[in-house]
Amino acid sequence: MSDTGSNEKIPFMQQLLDSPFLLLAIGILSPMVLYILWGVMEVIATPIAQ
Amino acid sequence: MAEFRTCPDTGFKIDLNADKLIKWNAVTAVVFLLVGGLFGLLVALTRWPAVHLLDADLFYLALTAHGLDVLLVWMIFFEIALLYFTSAILLNSRLALPKVGWLAYWMMLVGAAITNVAVLRGDSSVMFTSYPPMMAAQDFYMGILIFAVGALLGCLVFFATLYVAKKEKTYEGSVPLVTFGAITAAIIAVFTILSGAIILLPTWFWSLGLLSHIDTLMYRVIWWGMGHSSQQINVAAQISCWYAVAAILFNAKPLSEKVSRTAFLLYILFLQLASAHHLLVDPALSSEWKIFNTSYALYLAVLGSMIHGLTVPGAVEAAQRKKGYNKGLFEWLTKCPWSNPVFAGTALSVVLFGFLGGISGVMMGTEQLNLITHNTIYVPGHFHGTVVVGSTLAFMAISYWIVPTLWQKELVFPGLAKWQPYLFGIGMGLAATFMMGAGTLGVPRRHWDMTFADAAMGYDFPAAANLMMGLNGVAAVMGSLGALIFILNMVGTILWGKAKVPAPAAPAEEAPAAVASAATSHGSAGTMEVPGTFVLALIFLVSFVLYYFVNWKYLSSVWGLS
Amino acid sequence: MAIFPPEQRVWWNEPIEKSEVMWITIAFIWALVMFFMMPYWHIVGEQNLSNEAYKIKPDVYAEKVEAWAAKYKVREEGDTGIPVVHPPAGGDVYMLGRLWEWWPVVELEEGQSYRFHLSSLDWMHGWSLLPENINIQVHPGYEMIFTVKPTSSGEFGVICNEFCGIGHHTMVGKIHVVAK
Ligand code: HEM
Ligand SMILES: [Cu+2]
Ligand SMILES: [Cu+2]
Repeated sequence: MSDTGSNEKIPFMQQLLDSPFLLLAIGILSPMVLYILWGVMEVIATPIAQ
Repeated sequence: MAEFRTCPDTGFKIDLNADKLIKWNAVTAVVFLLVGGLFGLLVALTRWPAVHLLDADLFYLALTAHGLDVLLVWMIFFEIALLYFTSAILLNSRLALPKVGWLAYWMMLVGAAITNVAVLRGDSSVMFTSYPPMMAAQDFYMGILIFAVGALLGCLVFFATLYVAKKEKTYEGSVPLVTFGAITAAIIAVFTILSGAIILLPTWFWSLGLLSHIDTLMYRVIWWGMGHSSQQINVAAQISCWYAVAAILFNAKPLSEKVSRTAFLLYILFLQLASAHHLLVDPALSSEWKIFNTSYALYLAVLGSMIHGLTVPGAVEAAQRKKGYNKGLFEWLTKCPWSNPVFAGTALSVVLFGFLGGISGVMMGTEQLNLITHNTIYVPGHFHGTVVVGSTLAFMAISYWIVPTLWQKELVFPGLAKWQPYLFGIGMGLAATFMMGAGTLGVPRRHWDMTFADAAMGYDFPAAANLMMGLNGVAAVMGSLGALIFILNMVGTILWGKAKVPAPAAPAEEAPAAVASAATSHGSAGTMEVPGTFVLALIFLVSFVLYYFVNWKYLSSVWGLS
Repeated sequence: MAIFPPEQRVWWNEPIEKSEVMWITIAFIWALVMFFMMPYWHIVGEQNLSNEAYKIKPDVYAEKVEAWAAKYKVREEGDTGIPVVHPPAGGDVYMLGRLWEWWPVVELEEGQSYRFHLSSLDWMHGWSLLPENINIQVHPGYEMIFTVKPTSSGEFGVICNEFCGIGHHTMVGKIHVVAK
């Protein structure tokens, strides 16, 4: 830990990967929107047979 | 206040609450593997045309119980144990909220028991997917819901422990890679359980008569948000085990923390979209939705898996080369401890998961190719290639390390343990292969009688299909024997194993902590070259490409559809 | 080591080994190939399942199928009493799934295209055309419509591969394809 300059700024991506709660939010949001919400909307939008 | 003991093998500080919870969750998992595995054997023997063991009603009952007990109960109990291990123990922290941990344990156990009773009673043989409008008894759904809330509480304990460890500064910098993999698994688990709750709660109300109708398509979309994502928990957990074993046995460092963690990030973002694999031949969903989701957005999660597939053996190669096993491309590999079940199980898990489970899954999850595989026994063939010879085998392998270490006991049957990973891995690997072969001929899954003896009109499968279902039965017997030996070894060790003699000068292989301080200052293996692994990866890629296009060729020969 | 925190405080800027970079590049290209195979096949391939579907009440669907079957019935299948329906080439074809049969038996002409309608009257069923091995999930309440073009002739089985209760393994239907 002490071998690298300890005031080097931590890059953004590393900060992201070090934030489990942020990742939790993203990991739930992504499939909720892309898979479930989009899918459910298509099911609801199915037309009724004439 | 939390109490600790120090692990004589590894030097880890172990919170006694975590210790106990890990043990109880792991043992319960193994018991359910026994129950579920027995049902699996009965199912396989029934699907062996020459044996045809069970009657139809018992067959469908056994199949429902098999799916639930292995897929849900065995896997998730074991994963909860892994979550506590990778948080409290690897971070040298106390386990947060131990009371909630116990509540979680009991809810999961009671929930599993309730659902099992409902199934064994015989009025809930609806398969673990419980598609409406086929209705199970209300306690079938209630049990699953209780189990799921328990598992969610387990995830809560895990996240709370991460928070506590960070706040109390029990570690410096970033969490270990293995813990990061567990975080990935836990995130996917939370989404999984939420999807399950969204759909099973109304379904439970429906079984109680409080709701009149469940839309079947809506059910399948949301249910698979749970059903498939739960498989992704297994993948993330299993890959964490791979990394852990590489570290424990070889002191292997990840080739690059950045690459491996980014690969896990791809899982967090995209892996769960693959729930759409199950809906590729369902009505009313657009091809845009199907293609985007089934491909995990441009196959980015497959990219993640292919990265792990390189970096895990790559880390081992780098570590072995550093030790001087430098001859040719593969000396590092031949000099691996192939008779140590921790290694053998993990190595087989990596290879079989990739070749059997991975390639077949991507093939089947292609929008059009799903037409020639959907609901055939190819599907169980595929997932016995993932969740059985991939995840289950990885969990078995790491158990050979965790159980003797946590209990401080010697294995009771070390001789059998040497062979067990091969027996189970090859047995179930063959079973998976034969099921896939039969599926290619159209043999249906979840089906009691492929001769259609009682049907008004019949259909004759080619003799090869019958043969493959027979060979599947033989292979399943071999695999089940492997599972049984594992269970005997674990239970026997815990009950009757000799106490381990504290070994101050334990060999480096078993005492990572002892060498950790001696490790160089690199957090990653940095610029170490891994030519052997790269060649293996290319062999994998070529098989993948060939198999993928062979199936397009097969598709192009069937009736036109548009 | 993967079970300990990374030793550098900043690990994101560490160099990546050459074979890793190469593998990631190759794997990413392969991922793109697999992705674009799907839209590509929609354009040039002959096997794409249409997404045309409507919500429909099971009894309404049953009436449609029965009316159609009555109109184009040509004979009965053996001594089963199940009608064999031979619709005009290029026209509509209806089939329904119910506990535990696919109804009616259909006769098609090789090389002709048909608008195929499929739905269930009760539980979910799995429409599995053998030995072609074309498999489609059939829901109650949803009518699916896709174009089918038989490219081989003979007798084809339709089995059920979605578990639909204790008679699931007896649910078998038939499609005849006559050569032109
Ligand atoms: C112990 C050895 C095992 C044997 C002999 C075995 C055998 C089988 C067979 C023959 C099927 C039936 C396929 C069908 O008729 O549709 C099946 C289904 C299944 N197996 Fe296994 N299996 C074993 C272990 C496992 C394990 C460890 C898991 C999961 C961790 C697992 C998960 C499943 C699932 C989820 C199904 C599908 C159930 C369904 O269709 O509802 N199996 N297994
Ligand atoms: Cu059916
Ligand atoms: Cu069925």
